[in-house]
Amino acid sequence: MQPGALSKALKSGAIWGFIVLELAFFSIAGEFLSLSDKAFMDWENMLLLLKQSAPIGIIAMGMTLVMVNGNIDLSVGATFAIAAIVLLDSMTWPIFAGLGDWVIPVAWLLALAVGTLLGALNGLIVWKTGVDAFIVTLGSMLGFRGIVFMFNGENPTSHLNWTLVDFAEAQFLGLHTATWFLLGVTLALWFVMARTVHGRNAYAIGDNREAAVNAGIRVGPHMMINFAIIGFLAALSAVVFYSESGSVNPNDGQLYELWVITAVVLGGTKITGGAGNVIGTFGGVIAIQLLRKGLGHIGADTSTVNLVIGLILIAVLILDRQLNIKGKEELKV
Amino acid sequence: MSDASRNASDLREGIMATLSRQQVGAILARQGILIAFAVFMIAFTLANPKFLTPDNVLSVVRSSAIIGVMALGVTFVVISGNLDLSVGSMMSFSTIVVLDLHDKMGPLLAIPAMFAMTLCLGAFIGFLVGYLRLNSLIVTLGMLSAIHGLTLTYSGGQNMDIADKEGTWFSIFGQGTALGIPVPILIFVALAALLGLALAKTPFGRKVYAVGGNGTAATFSGIPRARTVFTCYLISAACVATAGLIQASRSLGSQNTVGQGLELEVLAAVILGGASLLGGSGTIFKTVIGVLILGFIQNGLLLVGLQFYVQFVVTWVIIILAVWLDIAAKRGKLWSPIA
Repeated sequence: MQPGALSKALKSGAIWGFIVLELAFFSIAGEFLSLSDKAFMDWENMLLLLKQSAPIGIIAMGMTLVMVNGNIDLSVGATFAIAAIVLLDSMTWPIFAGLGDWVIPVAWLLALAVGTLLGALNGLIVWKTGVDAFIVTLGSMLGFRGIVFMFNGENPTSHLNWTLVDFAEAQFLGLHTATWFLLGVTLALWFVMARTVHGRNAYAIGDNREAAVNAGIRVGPHMMINFAIIGFLAALSAVVFYSESGSVNPNDGQLYELWVITAVVLGGTKITGGAGNVIGTFGGVIAIQLLRKGLGHIGADTSTVNLVIGLILIAVLILDRQLNIKGKEELKV
Repeated sequence: MSDASRNASDLREGIMATLSRQQVGAILARQGILIAFAVFMIAFTLANPKFLTPDNVLSVVRSSAIIGVMALGVTFVVISGNLDLSVGSMMSFSTIVVLDLHDKMGPLLAIPAMFAMTLCLGAFIGFLVGYLRLNSLIVTLGMLSAIHGLTLTYSGGQNMDIADKEGTWFSIFGQGTALGIPVPILIFVALAALLGLALAKTPFGRKVYAVGGNGTAATFSGIPRARTVFTCYLISAACVATAGLIQASRSLGSQNTVGQGLELEVLAAVILGGASLLGGSGTIFKTVIGVLILGFIQNGLLLVGLQFYVQFVVTWVIIILAVWLDIAAKRGKLWSPIA
């Protein structure tokens, strides 16, 4: 075995080990503490868990790509809300009145286009101005949220289309529509990152931007494409979620960026870029959702969920550091 | 042509001769934020004469004081090369704690107790980032969530109110005035002066810049990097506790989420003041300007009759413009050299 291989295997497997641990813990603790008679690892419950992971999970896949690329996007929650408003509001526009149910794909396309454009705008600013992505997206997080509030004040935007709700609530081969979207996005992003030139270049840029430039990789367009992708996925997440719920509050999606980043970091993506993959992120998303659901199952409230997730994030960081130090002992300053 | 105007044009030519374009760029880079602030104030005063009246200015500064006090502490953290995203939920925590303890043990004991508890949180973050050298973005992100949970657990999810709102002197920090100036402003100014001196004129301040500018070099020069970062987080926590005190005293009752989202506004003010997120640059004075710009934008846009939410969009544009022009002046080119 090569040196460092053990810690590598430990790290990539850690998230799945953690998930198994969670499942075991909540199943056993649930027997004693839960108010309901149902077992935690009930099939229905697990299906629901996958479905509920979708909104955060779909965005997290895009965040993996952006973070591997060495950037970060704090504006995804606000993009999510804007896309949701476009989706629900455009279905009531008079110009689409004659379309009947054909308005649904039109509204979807509009919402996705808006999300992609907003993401691309972030990317363009990062590329052309050279301002750090953290600052650019911090700004647009405020700006996009401002646009959301300017649209309808503090009032919710609602529109229920029953065809749409039926589609969103449908189950195909046992899995919900949202779950299919999550799986599809995971697969697509896995393909993009592992099997395409663009994905390879994204890793190279995140690992060492200088070297990537010297190797002739055009850094800017790659970053912009990645921001467009995460914008698209934030909109897709909104499309999947609001097709079912049919009503969006202007505060919706707030703090999503924190959940998403937590999931991505739990999944082993390096915050400085160059390392990480969507399969790990998928594990991170499931782990967080399990924790939320599991703590609810044994009767803990949201406050405990917040507390535990924050501390786990820090614990993972400490663990990761300990595993890294072992390999770098002689390099220590 | 009269003598006076000839003299003036001579003077201008003289100035242009001595100041090459690059130097103008450098001056703009250094003082750009002040110039922008001045232009901004003049524009809004022209648009609405009420803008620059003492009453309005005082009310703007007073409402900026809470953000401002937190921004002072975050400036230290950012100069030392780290981030603090937990100040918003930490502020909720100290507000809730001091309101709760006020009725249980009286304000005289409640305030130091709240400060001690908030400083413990700051020390915990400082330990993780300073001594364990963990990534500050992720640590404070985790703490944002964890402290929010802690606050909810502490309060049981209930709003916290002081029972006897009329009969307590506790309201002085948020609602009182001294010499005709609201107390929050006095606290903000005093703290800014104190921390400004600490940063600019003391050995500790120099260590903060050194650690943020080049941590490895600082370590090799014998500067205790871990302890410096640790102290920065303690200062940040102390500022947050002060902000929580002002907030609690102003409203005498609070929700659990009173500070939610403030971390980003605070960070925006610090960045607007020109502190680099890479560390090693920024001053307290510029942060204060950043805070005031945000406060006056909000107020000015309302006074000219725009919707409340327009300020977010304007802030977005201004933050990016400010940082962009700052780095453009430093690299001597407007557009980034990224291919």
